[in-house]
Amino acid sequence: MIRLNINGQDREIDVDPSTPLLWVLRDNLNLTGTKYGCGISQCGACTVHLNGQAVRSCVTPVSQAANFEVVTIEGLSEDRSHPLQQAWIEEEVPQCGYCQSGQIMAAAALLKQSSNPADAEIDRVMTNICRCGTYPQIRAAIHKAALKVSG
Amino acid sequence: MSSDVSGSSGITRRQFIKTSIATAAGGMLLSFHIPAFSKVAPFEPHADGGTELNAWLTIGADDTITIRVAQAEMGQGVFTSLPMIVAEELEADWRTVRVEYADANRSVREDRVYKRMLTAGSGAVRLSRPYLQQAGAEARERLIKAAAEQWNVAPAECYADYGRIYHKPTRRSVNYGAIAAAAAAVSVANVEIKTPEAFNLIGLPTPRLDVPAKVDGTAIFSMDIRLPGMVYATVMHCPVLGGSLRGFRFNAIRNRPGVLQAVRMDRAVAVVADTFWRAKTAADDMPIEWDIGPEGKSYSDTMRRDFVAELGNDGVVVVHEGDPVALMDDAETTIESDYTAPYIAHACMEPLNCTVHVQDGRIDIWAGVQDPEAALLAAAEVSGLAPANVYVHNCFLGGGFGRRANMDFIREAVMIAMEVDRPVQMIWTREEDMRQGAYRPMTAIRFKAGFNLDKQLIAYTNHSVTHSILEGINPDAVKNGIDPLSVEGLSNLPYAIPNRKISHTMKSTHLTTWFWRSVGSSQNAFAMECFVDEMATASGMDPLAFRRKHLAHRPDLLNVLDVLESKANWGKSMSRGSAQGLAIHECCGTICAQVAEVTVSETGELSIDRIVSVVDCGNLVNPTTAIRQVEGGVVFGLTAALYGKLTVENGQILETNFDTNRMVTMDEMPTLETHFALAGGNKWGGLGEPGTPPVAPALCNALFRITGRRIRSLPIKDYYLRRA
Repeated sequence: MIRLNINGQDREIDVDPSTPLLWVLRDNLNLTGTKYGCGISQCGACTVHLNGQAVRSCVTPVSQAANFEVVTIEGLSEDRSHPLQQAWIEEEVPQCGYCQSGQIMAAAALLKQSSNPADAEIDRVMTNICRCGTYPQIRAAIHKAALKVSG
Repeated sequence: MSSDVSGSSGITRRQFIKTSIATAAGGMLLSFHIPAFSKVAPFEPHADGGTELNAWLTIGADDTITIRVAQAEMGQGVFTSLPMIVAEELEADWRTVRVEYADANRSVREDRVYKRMLTAGSGAVRLSRPYLQQAGAEARERLIKAAAEQWNVAPAECYADYGRIYHKPTRRSVNYGAIAAAAAAVSVANVEIKTPEAFNLIGLPTPRLDVPAKVDGTAIFSMDIRLPGMVYATVMHCPVLGGSLRGFRFNAIRNRPGVLQAVRMDRAVAVVADTFWRAKTAADDMPIEWDIGPEGKSYSDTMRRDFVAELGNDGVVVVHEGDPVALMDDAETTIESDYTAPYIAHACMEPLNCTVHVQDGRIDIWAGVQDPEAALLAAAEVSGLAPANVYVHNCFLGGGFGRRANMDFIREAVMIAMEVDRPVQMIWTREEDMRQGAYRPMTAIRFKAGFNLDKQLIAYTNHSVTHSILEGINPDAVKNGIDPLSVEGLSNLPYAIPNRKISHTMKSTHLTTWFWRSVGSSQNAFAMECFVDEMATASGMDPLAFRRKHLAHRPDLLNVLDVLESKANWGKSMSRGSAQGLAIHECCGTICAQVAEVTVSETGELSIDRIVSVVDCGNLVNPTTAIRQVEGGVVFGLTAALYGKLTVENGQILETNFDTNRMVTMDEMPTLETHFALAGGNKWGGLGEPGTPPVAPALCNALFRITGRRIRSLPIKDYYLRRA
């Protein structure tokens, strides 16, 4: 049994400790907002927070998540009220939408560390892949959310 | 879109349309939108199914209007743009509109009531707009007629506006929800649809209805389907396309926790388990023997050489005008160039997957497909069931780009599910997704041009050797050895050249080909528009002036070039190491011209600084998504131009994941600008694809100006760039 704290709730899961956190979230906990894109930490579609840090859950063994706080897109807010989610809606960022959970979680971790990131910092941190090409809107939404947070 | 839109925003809908058309010739940057707030949850099941006025829409007693969409939402925004078309004619209150997929099963049972369910060729708006307008108009007239009958007045005295029917003389009114049931019982004939000057909603920047669900993880892609008792399957295919499965040892993994069974197929084996990870790790450890076949020794470098060698032989003549061969001999100067483009994968963000539940006499399929009707028919064929007993539940598509119009993965999922006694979700790993063919075709293209003493272009020949797409799926469409998709943009080149010969040869390898965003236009525009720059150089002309000279008969193309010249400030002075490059291409009924500004540093590093697109698609439905489609197409073309290439060694694809098959990321993004130069009128061109083809040639033409070297073989990453 592995004890996890997911989006504020304690869960006990009976899986092999080497199972990537991604598949525990999706298949064991039915938290399907976190996506599978590559399985090798390249695309970022699986990005979640581990104690506030962005990690790629497709290469994070679930055992490493034990005793940490895990936050997924479902736990970012209850009602799309997180400033990034609001900004994402206002800038109409998503196209197909598949990568956007990971993009938002990566951006949320960035804003925790840097409340008003410059473009260069956004470029450095936001390495998630979007095949639809929503990068300009993602950048604009991050700036907008940063403004919302700093008021 | 609400009434306060026209009231409080200070610009009425009609003014907006008129303004946009009036300024269209001068180009228009649409960068604002008017917010609308939905009164209804646009995708959640609606308790009141409502009254169906026709197959496309229902109206509930609470005024909720459900509009059905027969095209796939793969990011291009059809869940908003297509309902806008119906709502336009229906005079609906946009805030009461919810959306659902049209049912392929019904279309099969009811004589194709949803007409075209294939989403491809940038055709969603282009091809379905007239009948969607018709559906909305017909429903509106029935609402009017029903209200008139109830009031015992003439229908001509009544009109529809914003979700209500009004009787003009008495100012009586009734909401749609109250009259819908009566409207369903009346009939109307010969309803005319609006022309663009009468549009109120079409043409207004309208927020996408699917955005909220895509920021909190609630949007359901097919991989997110969860059914009671569902199990997971992963598939191992023969690593060499065309090879087959010899055998496997399921006993080696049988006792692992959660592992249920293995399913044998001709060229693949599936492992089924209670979770995907257990299925995948078990499959990885299962001994499998493949019959690789004769292709186990093939190499992409050899393929490319073979394609180029074929250029030396005569092809099938596609176009022959004047006497280009004799004039070429007489020419004062000639230039000749060979271009090649490699196989590339679609690499949709969501790896291919499909969930199937086979029950007695019924199959249910949850998938993200660009053609749910084709999925239904494929499943019927595989299972032997009647099509009427197959139900396809289309989901949001995590990217399509053409790949999800191929039913290979649906067939495979059904084959697996027929051996499994409960619902099964089949997921291809990223590696399987990229390895399993259906690529943009490899091509080699030779151009030759002859010039007289005055450097006038007098003769032109072109021979392309391309791996056909249609030969494998619709051989009837291949006529006289020519796959029309392979010569898109080459046979119909827009330039007026009096003496020309265009020929083609089909050539295949063991890999398989498929429609890839913009299809033949993708690789052909690269070669064609680069060679146009070469011809301009040979003529001693500026690339824009050369194009203008040979496009004098095409005022629509000239207009796009005019707008691009001013918006991109063509010919402006650039700092050392930087240059502009130009390309123009027409596909899917839309013209797109681009200027790329690029820089090569002193140490040879490339940066793409800015890409300006000017587009004429005639009319716009939703300007916001229109811009995004163009720019999304640009980014897609950028990745292909810079990095797109599949290498074959020993018959196997080497680039099977994003570490080796690199995609453009945020840090590499140029500034993107998009302007529309709309012809208006009756022109409705597509938007999903036309942004892609000009990117590669615009980049390569700019790089020539910096390096003095032509890039004639994609991708650009294979070149060592150095300032001249």
